[in-house]
Amino acid sequence: MSTTTPAVAPKAVPPPSGLQERARKAKKKLTSPWASMIAVVIALAWTVPTFGLLVTSFRPELDIRQSGWWTVFGDALAGEGVFSLRNYEAALFSRSTSLIDFFVNSFVITLPAVFIPITIALLAAYGFAWIDFKGRDILFVAVFALQIVPIQITLIPLLRAYVDTGINGTFWPIWLSHSMFALPLAIFLLHNFMRDIPKSLVEAARVDGAGHVKIFFQVILPLLVPAIAAFAIFQFLWVWNDLLVALVMGGTDTFPLTVRVAELAGSRGGDWHVLSAGAFISILVPLIVFLALQRYFVRGLLAGSVKG
Amino acid sequence: MSIRMASKRRTVALAAAGASLALILSACADTDDGGGSGDGGGSDAAAPALDCSVYEEFGDLEGKTVSVYTTIVEPEAETQVASYEPFEECTGVTVEYEASREMEAQLPVRVQAGNPPDIAILPQPGLLNTLVSQYDAVLPAPEQVEANVDEFWSEEWKEYGTVDGTFYAAPLGSNVKSYVWYSPSMFEEAGYEVPETWDDMMALTEEIASTNEGATRPWCAGVESGDATGWPGTDWIEDVVLRTAGPEVYDQWYQHEIPFNDPQIVEAWDTAGEILKNPDHVNGGLGGVDSIATAPWTDAGYPILDRSCWMHRAANFYATQWPEGTEVAPDGDVYAFYLPSMSTDERPTLVAGEFIGAFTDRPEVQAFQTYLSSPDWANAKAAATPAGGWVSANNALDPELLATDFDRLSAEILADPATVARFDASDLMPSEVGTGSFWAGITEWFASDASSQEVTDTIEESWPKN
Repeated sequence: MSTTTPAVAPKAVPPPSGLQERARKAKKKLTSPWASMIAVVIALAWTVPTFGLLVTSFRPELDIRQSGWWTVFGDALAGEGVFSLRNYEAALFSRSTSLIDFFVNSFVITLPAVFIPITIALLAAYGFAWIDFKGRDILFVAVFALQIVPIQITLIPLLRAYVDTGINGTFWPIWLSHSMFALPLAIFLLHNFMRDIPKSLVEAARVDGAGHVKIFFQVILPLLVPAIAAFAIFQFLWVWNDLLVALVMGGTDTFPLTVRVAELAGSRGGDWHVLSAGAFISILVPLIVFLALQRYFVRGLLAGSVKG
Repeated sequence: MSIRMASKRRTVALAAAGASLALILSACADTDDGGGSGDGGGSDAAAPALDCSVYEEFGDLEGKTVSVYTTIVEPEAETQVASYEPFEECTGVTVEYEASREMEAQLPVRVQAGNPPDIAILPQPGLLNTLVSQYDAVLPAPEQVEANVDEFWSEEWKEYGTVDGTFYAAPLGSNVKSYVWYSPSMFEEAGYEVPETWDDMMALTEEIASTNEGATRPWCAGVESGDATGWPGTDWIEDVVLRTAGPEVYDQWYQHEIPFNDPQIVEAWDTAGEILKNPDHVNGGLGGVDSIATAPWTDAGYPILDRSCWMHRAANFYATQWPEGTEVAPDGDVYAFYLPSMSTDERPTLVAGEFIGAFTDRPEVQAFQTYLSSPDWANAKAAATPAGGWVSANNALDPELLATDFDRLSAEILADPATVARFDASDLMPSEVGTGSFWAGITEWFASDASSQEVTDTIEESWPKN
C-alpha cells in the first residue's frame, strides 16, 4: 500500500548519485494519486463478491434464499441472530464419504502436477536458452505455439491413450495431463527468465571449467528461485482449482476437492446454499499457499522485467 | 420359459413385500422412539428379503464387480446404494457406484475413449437415443430384463427405452410432474376446494386474484436453473398441451409430425399464459411476470409458506425441495393436488424417469440389470428411502412400502388405469430443441414478454432438418 502515498521530494536533497536519482524518477513516474485510486476501486470491486460469498456461507438456508447478503448488517444491528454454521456442517459432515479423502487427493494430485512440469520445463528452458543446436528457434516457437491448442479438444484422444496403456483409474492420467497442459507456458516463461541472466556469468563459469550440469545447478538454479516460485504458485492454483481435467481423467478414487464441491448442490441443484461454504473450505489451502509465498510471487513477476 | 419364471418371480415379490412390511412396521416404531432422524439406519432393517435363486442362472458371481455411473448424487445416492444391498448379499457382486452432476456430458466422453461404465442410469431417453444412434454404444437389454419390463411396466414405458425397434433400457424410477402444490390450511381457512377440472381451477384463480393484496398472487413460478434455465416452464407447457390438445397431438408434437408452432400448440401456450403471463395471477411473493424467468425453480414455491402465493405447479420431487422442517402431508404445511384436466374422466399425466443402459454384457452386469428391472429392486428402494420423495411406475411396487402419503399418491396416479401417462416431451425432442431452443424460448416468453406465436415460430425454426 506504499504506492498510495504520493512521492514528496525530500527537502534536503542528498548529492544525487546516479542510482538514487533514477529510483526517485521512476517512483515519481509510477506513482500517481489517480492510479492509486483506480487500484483501490478495482481491488474493492474484485473483493466485494468474495466478501459477499463469505457472508453468505454463514447465513441460514432460508435467509440465503430470501434476501441478499448485504441485509445481514441491518438485521445484525437490530439484534437478530443472522449467522449460523449449518452450511459448514452440511458441507463437511453431511455426506457418507469423508471430506478428508478429497483433501488428500487434492494434495496428491497437485504436488506432482506442479513438480513434474517445472522439472521438465527447467531442463528444456536451459536447453533453449544456453545450448546452441540446429533448429532451436523453430522448435522453441513450435513449443510455445502449442499453447494455442485448447485442452478441451485433447481430452478424448488423451483419455483413449490412457485407457489403451492401462493407466486409467490411477493418478497418472491426471498428473500427466496437467503436466502436458502446463509445459508450453512453463518453458516459455522460464526460458525468458533464463535469458535474462547475464551471459558473462555463464561464460565465467564455463571458463572456470564448469559443464552444463554444474552451470545449471550452481549458477542458473539459485538465480531462478523467484521465477520458479512464481510459476509454482500459478500452477498450484490452476491445478488445485481444476475441475475439468480431474473429472474427465479421474475416477472415484482420485477425485479432488473440486469434484466434491461441485456435487454439494445435490442431484437437482436444490442444495446450492451449501456451495458457498464448500467454496470457502476449498479456498483455504490456496489462500495459505499464496500468502506464504507472496514474497516470491511479486519478486518473480518483476524478475523478468527489471534488469541489473 | 419366461412366463414360468415371471410368475415365480411374482410370488417371490409378494413374499418379499409381506416380509418387508412386517420389518418396516418395526422399523417405524424404532424411528419414532429415536426422534425420527431418518438417515441411513432404517434402510438396513427394512430391506425386503430377496429370492437369490433368480440369479443362479447367471453362474457364480462371487467377487465380481459392476460399475454404475449416474447423475444421482448424495444425499439421494445413499438410498440408491442401500437398495443394491440385497443383490450384493445374494450374489457376492460388488456394485461400484459413481455419481456426477456432469454425468450427461461425461458419459459420451468415456464411451468415445473406450472406457464406459458397465451400467449407466440415464436420466432421460434423449441421452439413450444419442448413445445408440451416434456412438452405437449401448447393448440391447438381455431377455430376462425384457421379460421383467413386459410384465411389470406399461407398454409406453417400454417404448421410452426403445430406439428404432430395439429395446435397450429398462425404466428405473419415475416422476410425476402434473402436480400443483398448495397449503391445505390456507385453502381451508379461505373455504376453497381443491379444483377438479381446469375450469374450476381458473375460476378459483380468478376468485383468489380478486382478493390480491400487496405481493400476494394466486400462482408462483420460477424457471431459473443454471445452464438448464427454462426447463420448469417446458413442463408447464407440456402439461397444458396434454390437456388442451390431448395425448395424440402431444405425440405428434414431440415427434415433429406437426410443427412446433401448430395452432393447437400455440393455443396451449396461450392457455398457460392466462395464468403465467397475467400480472394479476403471478408471481406471488416474487415480483411481476418477468420475475418467473429469474426466480430459481428450487425456491419458487416458498412464497406458499409465507402465504403470499396460493399455488405452485411442480413435479413430485419438489417434495424434497421444501426447507427443512416443512411438513408435506394432506394436513401439513404443504401438499399437492393433481393438475386438473379439462374433464374429470380423463387424467393425462406428465411423467419422467431414469433408464438403465448397459455397455457390457458380462453375466454379473446382466444379473444386476435384471435385479434393477425387477419389483424386488423397486420394493427394496422404497424400503430404503425412509424420507420419501421416490416412486416408480413398476406396477408390482407395493405402495405400502412407500414412505409418505404423498409418494403413495404419486404411485396411485401412476398405477391408475385412467391415467394417460406421457413422457416429458422436452426429454424426447432432439437436444437442439428439447434442451436448447425450448428452454430459451420459455425464458424469452417470460423475460421479454415475447408472444406465444413468436416464441413457437423461433423454436420451430431451430428444429434440426434432416
